[in-house]
Amino acid sequence: MTLMMTPMQLDLDIRATLRSGKRRFDMHVQCTSTSQRIAVYGPSGAGKSMTLKAIAGLFTPDAGHIRLNGRTLFDSAAGINLPPQQRNVAYLFQDYALFPHLTVRQNVGFGLRRGWFNPRAREKLQKVEHWLAAFHLQELAHQFPDELSGGQRQRVALARALVAEPNALLLDEPFAALDPALRVKMRLELSQWQQRLDVPMILITHDPEDARILGEHVLYLRDGQIDSMEEHKALGERIG
Amino acid sequence: MDIAWTALALSLKVAAWATALNLLLGIGTGYLLARTRFPGRELLDALLTLPMVMPPTVLGYYLLVLLGRRGTLGIWLQDNFGINLIFTWQGAVIASTVVAFPLVFKPARAAFEAVDGQLEQAARVLGISEMAIFFRVTLPLAWRGILAGVLLGFVRALGEFGATLMVAGSIPGKTQTLSVAVYEAVQAGQDDVANTLVLITSAVCIVVLLSAGRLAPGRIAHK
Repeated sequence: MTLMMTPMQLDLDIRATLRSGKRRFDMHVQCTSTSQRIAVYGPSGAGKSMTLKAIAGLFTPDAGHIRLNGRTLFDSAAGINLPPQQRNVAYLFQDYALFPHLTVRQNVGFGLRRGWFNPRAREKLQKVEHWLAAFHLQELAHQFPDELSGGQRQRVALARALVAEPNALLLDEPFAALDPALRVKMRLELSQWQQRLDVPMILITHDPEDARILGEHVLYLRDGQIDSMEEHKALGERIG
Repeated sequence: MDIAWTALALSLKVAAWATALNLLLGIGTGYLLARTRFPGRELLDALLTLPMVMPPTVLGYYLLVLLGRRGTLGIWLQDNFGINLIFTWQGAVIASTVVAFPLVFKPARAAFEAVDGQLEQAARVLGISEMAIFFRVTLPLAWRGILAGVLLGFVRALGEFGATLMVAGSIPGKTQTLSVAVYEAVQAGQDDVANTLVLITSAVCIVVLLSAGRLAPGRIAHK
């Protein structure tokens, strides 16, 4: 199954001032890109997370605009600020944020159920079963997140994110919680999935390997500003 | 011995109503204090905790002043609805609710604060409305801690004496709860009645405390 996507267009210009006690952090991130694979790379505390959260609607910048695929998600001048529920992006949290009280199957189907109740443990939705199979999770479908390994949790989080056919996949340090050997494996797996599904991806990382292998358009973020950009097509293997 | 069972039935009724009220009020207040920021938040928390540290008779006096025939709320209730709470079992419910409230909202607040906010954010990005997130993520994860507090509140309401006596008095079969009946029996020198009442009360309290102990620690309930 391929998600139908037009090439991603990201138009980002956000300003924010964050205060924590006496410290003050000013960020101004501005970029446009038509790349399907954007990597925001930089040291911790550079404002990467805030940038990604702003795109998802989990953090509201002081001023600026965010446009994704021609749709305005945020525009302070026009008074537009879509809630995260309406942005139709998928967000992969660093420690996956799987719901600990729900099984793998319920976690994957979570976003498909809109009402006040969670999907039932035995309920088999076709889309959910499809993604469970795609990520080799059928055997684990009835297990709870705390019974899974790091790599398995990441697959569940990816399946949960992709099941709603998002416009973009936002990844927050996706491999930081994995050991080095697994990190190499999951990086390759993610790269292949991105190409197979043709889903636009924005990744933030402090690991240069992530940026090198997964980034087509790499933004280097430092002290809340974009320090440099580079575009390199065809890094990493192209798969059908 | 009839008096013992009548008193037990009344105590259970009053405690059940007080617990039901505290379940709603405690979850609401606990969630508000855990998830919103407003000036005076900690002051409000302290004020709401007062019933836990104040003598129940003092609380009872406050309630009398407020709900009595010359109390602001009492006059208003009497004039608009013809309701009089003093010396009624409903008055005992109010007294028990107020006294047990801190035992319910404090653990509820702690339980809500222990829920990882990132899980709620994940649900938001997945398109789930705020109300649905509360029922599908926050409440199920906080539920055990809330329930432990609710059970403690139930036992506290069951054993309520001071405030209840002040507000509802001790009318046998009408407002005389177990703990009040024990006091009356001892005063009247009816040791056999007192013994029965004391044993019943102790048994009920032990059962509830054991259930609360099973709920409080341990891993998150699946389902």
